[in-house]
Amino acid sequence: MSALTRRLMRNHSKGYWREAAMGYLMAAPWLIGFLVFTAGPILLSFFYSFTSFQVTTPPRWLGLTNYRILLFDDPKFHTSLYNTAYYAIFVVPLTIITGLIVAVLMNQRIAGRSLLRTIYYLPSVVSGVASAMLWLWILNPKFGLINVALSWFGIKGPPWLNSAEWSKPALIVMSLWGIGGTMIIYLAGLQSVPQSLLEAAEIDGAGAWRRFRHITLPILSPTILFTMITSTIGSFQVFTQAYVWGGGAGGGQRDSLLFYVLYLYQRAFNELKMGYASALAWILFLIILALTIIQFRFAQRWVYYEGGDEGRII
Amino acid sequence: MAIPEIRTAPPRSLPFWQSRTFQDRAWSIAVTIILWVGALSFLMPLFWMISTSLKSDKQVFAVPTVWIPIPPIWENYPNALTRIPFLLFLRNSLITSVIPVIGAVLSASMVAYAFARLRWPGRNIWFLILIATMMLPGQVTMIPIYVVYSKIGWVNTFLPLTVPWFFGGAFYIFLLRQFFLGIPSELSDAALIDGCSHPGIWWRIILPLSKPALTTVAIFTFLLTWNDFFGPLLYLRSERLYTLQVGLQYFREQYSVQWQELMAASTVVLLPVLIIFFLGQRLFVQGITLTGLKG
Repeated sequence: MSALTRRLMRNHSKGYWREAAMGYLMAAPWLIGFLVFTAGPILLSFFYSFTSFQVTTPPRWLGLTNYRILLFDDPKFHTSLYNTAYYAIFVVPLTIITGLIVAVLMNQRIAGRSLLRTIYYLPSVVSGVASAMLWLWILNPKFGLINVALSWFGIKGPPWLNSAEWSKPALIVMSLWGIGGTMIIYLAGLQSVPQSLLEAAEIDGAGAWRRFRHITLPILSPTILFTMITSTIGSFQVFTQAYVWGGGAGGGQRDSLLFYVLYLYQRAFNELKMGYASALAWILFLIILALTIIQFRFAQRWVYYEGGDEGRII
Repeated sequence: MAIPEIRTAPPRSLPFWQSRTFQDRAWSIAVTIILWVGALSFLMPLFWMISTSLKSDKQVFAVPTVWIPIPPIWENYPNALTRIPFLLFLRNSLITSVIPVIGAVLSASMVAYAFARLRWPGRNIWFLILIATMMLPGQVTMIPIYVVYSKIGWVNTFLPLTVPWFFGGAFYIFLLRQFFLGIPSELSDAALIDGCSHPGIWWRIILPLSKPALTTVAIFTFLLTWNDFFGPLLYLRSERLYTLQVGLQYFREQYSVQWQELMAASTVVLLPVLIIFFLGQRLFVQGITLTGLKG
């Protein structure tokens, strides 16, 4: 027994070690899972990204070639990055703003509140292929629900998925149908706005807007940051709609629906270019990481933490 | 403590539309109308799906639009479902959803117990790592995991879609840990003194007290796996293993689009989601409050 162990043993009772062992034992599924499904694959993927690798033959070292081709010599990479950024730039603020408006409006005493909440929340759990199919039909330029509704107002609806210009806006419209998830998070956050504070401000003569701006919004700001980060990450990972709308492995009209993850999927699993696809995955990771860090940095300016920074989760 | 009432009735000189009560009422009526109009438009897509699924071929493309097909063509449902091996796909979907539910509930709750109730060296660092993994895009680990699965012969089996769920999911561990922290420790302390082991406390005391949180985890997992398209698309190659999600896409690629049948099939695929949603709605909201997303 080494001196260090002896010293440690002296400082801690037998119960301490027993509890520590039990802790590792009960956390083992996740600890093993972390090593097998996260840490190991991250390292492997980093290695693959510098190689040419087709699964059946061993990886061949290429150095930075994959990254060089990708950044300077791959128009499809640029298209997919552009499409994804376009989508994210619109969908993230739209989701946050509309989700917030609906949540704040719904947080008042109105008739049928819980039914309304259910209705708004419902579409956000409807996802996958079935909802992508449904929207394919809703967006039908001639007979689809949206263009029929637009025609009531004398508007000739756009060709949506049949054109390169309108296919991404179509996806944004569809995403707005799913704002219920964000709304419900804000509704939960609004419960922590102290009623007494709002009433005190009202007695002091603060109008509805000022109460919202100076009390509700600051208290909700950590929640807004959370939804901002998660919806940014989510918007970079669109796949199912793009896959279904593009008709299998396509990318829609003139690649207008070729989103980043769809492109990665094509390279990895249609062409079996695992090395190149790993490089794509790492670039995606770096973009998401950078965006998350930037959002945290800016957050210091506008996010208010009650009771200081202690005990906050994000 | 009595707060003196300082809000007074509006002076007589003000016209009624400037009075406080009138403005409050007008505002709340306006909000109610806006929200209900929004709610109806949120329901329209689902109404459209069901309405289309009951139309005849002609009605689908009729101008002006047929909103409620009379008589409804119920045959669309059996027609759509017999074009694909529906029962087989349903069975596959259930396998790849129910097994993950069991795996997630058991493993995540056990790990969450370790994080919430046990002191072990490195616990806080591991917890930070756990939170960090929630931000990691799955695409980074996807390729090596796929390569390993293909080397050990797991591709084209249900194993890649089920086994990983027995290793706890970061989000569920986090959610359950928050819930367990709120359970008074007196109960488990008493059990410890009586000689109950930690796994015993987890199984006999904590789990029975955590039914709402565990149900939330179960529902989230079910919805995620039931709706999942990417995983099955990647790992299930033979038609006999297809889940409903992959089957639906396959259905569309194989046959020329018959909207009424496609919508009938979509309705059937979404039905379990809708049922579970209505049964578990209250729990979702609790689950979201539970994770303390407010920061």
